[in-house]
Amino acid sequence: MTEPMKVSSKNLDFFYGPSQALYDVNLDFEQNKVTALIGPSGCGKSTFLRCINRMNDLIPIARVQGNLRIDDVDIYSPEVDVVDLRSRVGMVFQKPNPFPKTIFENVAYGLRVKGIKNKAYIASQVEKSLESAALLDEVKDRLHDSALGLSGGQQQRLCIARALAVEPEVLLMDEPASALDPVATQKIEELILQLKTTYTIIIVTHNMQQAARVSDVTAFFFMGKLIEADATETLFTKPRKQQTSDYITGRFG
Amino acid sequence: MLNLQTESISLKQQNGQFGKNGAPQGTPKSRRRLYQSIVFNFLRAAALINGAALAIILWFMLARGWRAINWEFLTTAPYDSMTKGGILPCIVGTLCLGIGAMIVAFPIGVASAIYLNEYARPGKVLRVIRLGINNLAGVPSVVFGLFGLAFFVIYLEMGVSLLAGALTLAAMSLPVIIGASEEALKSVPDTYREASLGLGATKWQTIYRVVLPAALPGILTGGILGLSRAAGELAPVMFTAAVFFAPHLPSSPFSEVMTLPYHIYVLATAGTEIEATRPLQYGSALVLIALVLGMNLAAIIYRARLRNRLS
Repeated sequence: MTEPMKVSSKNLDFFYGPSQALYDVNLDFEQNKVTALIGPSGCGKSTFLRCINRMNDLIPIARVQGNLRIDDVDIYSPEVDVVDLRSRVGMVFQKPNPFPKTIFENVAYGLRVKGIKNKAYIASQVEKSLESAALLDEVKDRLHDSALGLSGGQQQRLCIARALAVEPEVLLMDEPASALDPVATQKIEELILQLKTTYTIIIVTHNMQQAARVSDVTAFFFMGKLIEADATETLFTKPRKQQTSDYITGRFG
Repeated sequence: MLNLQTESISLKQQNGQFGKNGAPQGTPKSRRRLYQSIVFNFLRAAALINGAALAIILWFMLARGWRAINWEFLTTAPYDSMTKGGILPCIVGTLCLGIGAMIVAFPIGVASAIYLNEYARPGKVLRVIRLGINNLAGVPSVVFGLFGLAFFVIYLEMGVSLLAGALTLAAMSLPVIIGASEEALKSVPDTYREASLGLGATKWQTIYRVVLPAALPGILTGGILGLSRAAGELAPVMFTAAVFFAPHLPSSPFSEVMTLPYHIYVLATAGTEIEATRPLQYGSALVLIALVLGMNLAAIIYRARLRNRLS
């Protein structure tokens, strides 16, 4: 008996107006694993990531075909409420994007928009999330200062804390460390390894070393197609496809 | 300067008449510098003319009007066929009209801007609405005055009143407020919207909790610019709200009012004592300028404060 996959895409096609960005993507994501999506710029890995929380709905000309399931429910079926979906599937963006609000209010935001009013609960949830994002010690004395005063790395961990506060099941990360320096990047990577005990994590990265360090499974995208997906170690040491091998050895991209 | 000189000399020594590899050199450095300085000085002169125009206007009004201004001038009503007394009813009337116009135009303008920038999908409807707004901005103010007279004063039977004037001014200020609000909304980075939606917020929650607060300084600036422009307008109110002389301060939306621009206009063109009231005219103009500049200054200070609080 195999366990059902947390996230599963079947024959997924994606179009921006007339041009197709994803071709027949079939990819499964196991619970509590970190999956890295790698590939050259424009290969469709970010587009695929944004299909999982339906962020692409914001683009008027975007169109999805095929099947994307979370816990075996088709997230593009009309019964699924996109607002609920996004509170179950958190997202961390490429550039740290805290709101111009206090640190506390940034983390509390997801709870407030859910209509939660219980102050004690919000406060404990904020603290817990900052703790999980390994940021609490650095900011506990200035929770009510503006989040924009934090460093880039701190801002990105704040964005992770903000996503964790609503207790999502899946965490999407779109090149979360690409705008950060090496020290901040290392902190984010350590954090990812801790978080996978609780969350299913899907991370887009340009950095192959990063993929090798943090992920259990790696999927290689090229020109809108999923070329190969395998256990990270296998993919990086014994790739089955020539294109994968060329990419990971640095022959292009 | 000195550094550049030596650098150019050393370059010449290295490369001679021609550049490296004998490639022809472009414009000689001296001529390039001359062009530079001509253009730069021209631009600077253009900017200076701006500042000078404002300075001359202010100086002119101050020199001729300051004698007229005293406590009595600011706090009493005119008497003796407007040759004596003050301009309190005009100040009050101008403020009431401006604020009344904003009470109507600000919410409608901001709501329109939110719709246009956040909700409307690009297409024919949006193009038509935008065309309408742009054309509204281009309509001469006297046309608004006639429209107000025909529609609010006569057709809706409001009479010549504060209400009719405020509504007319509101219609005229709408494009200003919509324009400023749209600019402010556009300047809010999309990453804020994505972050909010990604956390499970609805579109309206995103707008209300994230986008509007971030755009607020710009939106309020638009509101106050609209207010100060409305306060200074003559044509839209001369048929709809303003009268030559009102014995009392406005007591209801249906009162007739005196306004500063109309007061100045009347004293300067239609009074029986045009020459004798010159100081009063300049005094009134000075008060009007001070009022408008004061509002703009308040807007600037308020915006700076909001910005500081946000960052």
